[in-house]
Amino acid sequence: MLILECPYCGVKAEETELSPGYEAHLKRFGPGSSPEEFEAYMFARKNPKGVHFERWRHTYGCGKWFLAARCTATLEVFGTYPAQVSEPPADIIAKILARRPDWKPE
Amino acid sequence: MSEPVSALNGASFQGFATIREIGPLGMITLRAKGLKSLDKAVKAVTGTKLPAQRRIEIKGDRACGWMSPDEYLLILPYAEVGAALAKIAKALAGEHHLAVDVSDARAVFRIEGDRADQVLRKLMPVDFDWLEPGELRRSRAAQVAAAIWQQDQGFTLVCFRSVASYVMGLLTHSAQPGSEL
Repeated sequence: MLILECPYCGVKAEETELSPGYEAHLKRFGPGSSPEEFEAYMFARKNPKGVHFERWRHTYGCGKWFLAARCTATLEVFGTYPAQVSEPPADIIAKILARRPDWKPE
Repeated sequence: MSEPVSALNGASFQGFATIREIGPLGMITLRAKGLKSLDKAVKAVTGTKLPAQRRIEIKGDRACGWMSPDEYLLILPYAEVGAALAKIAKALAGEHHLAVDVSDARAVFRIEGDRADQVLRKLMPVDFDWLEPGELRRSRAAQVAAAIWQQDQGFTLVCFRSVASYVMGLLTHSAQPGSEL
């Protein structure tokens, strides 16, 4: 079972109180981009075994979207953070590196 | 004016805890964030201060609860909602906010007794050992959204009116004598 702390209301929400939003930090390719870029933006998703960044919505709570960094293999949660960022914040990266020294941020 | 009627007409059940549907209760959803007159507007309606994160400030039959970083739930007598909306509109004039009467969109239950928490423990993914007095917790009761807080030796539960009979069924079932935890 996955427990994520909502950064907006501080509730340690259990998985069933949340809705998944899949991969976080997508870069949008809209008008003017090549068909390949648009296709990748539209359909290609990362499916890593290990560190992964995801969007989650606190559906049964405050209703806000937030982002989470977790390990897909062990379900270890490194941290959650508000969604108003385009890349993972430094403290989350530091927490991941403390637990996964071999991991490289993109 | 037609007579206001609560969702289940005040249905009640006596198990190892008492379940009562209460209401109609006046409720206003106030969406606003970081406005300078916000505490004044809330004070004018409920007589309480603006609640901190996940808190509910209760004063008599009025209360103000923190629902999300930009949403508050104001509770007051049903008949005073119209006047309260006018007060909010006046206090927050010119500032970006939204205040809506949701009294008839909700159903309210009281779960009372020494073991009232056990009724809810069975239904909600909430750690009641960590729930503090004065904390408003939004979560789900089985399959539907619900908000709860402790008040006067029991719990108050708010859910959508459309699922009132479902929630009454849940609470009744959960409070069956002999099913104590």
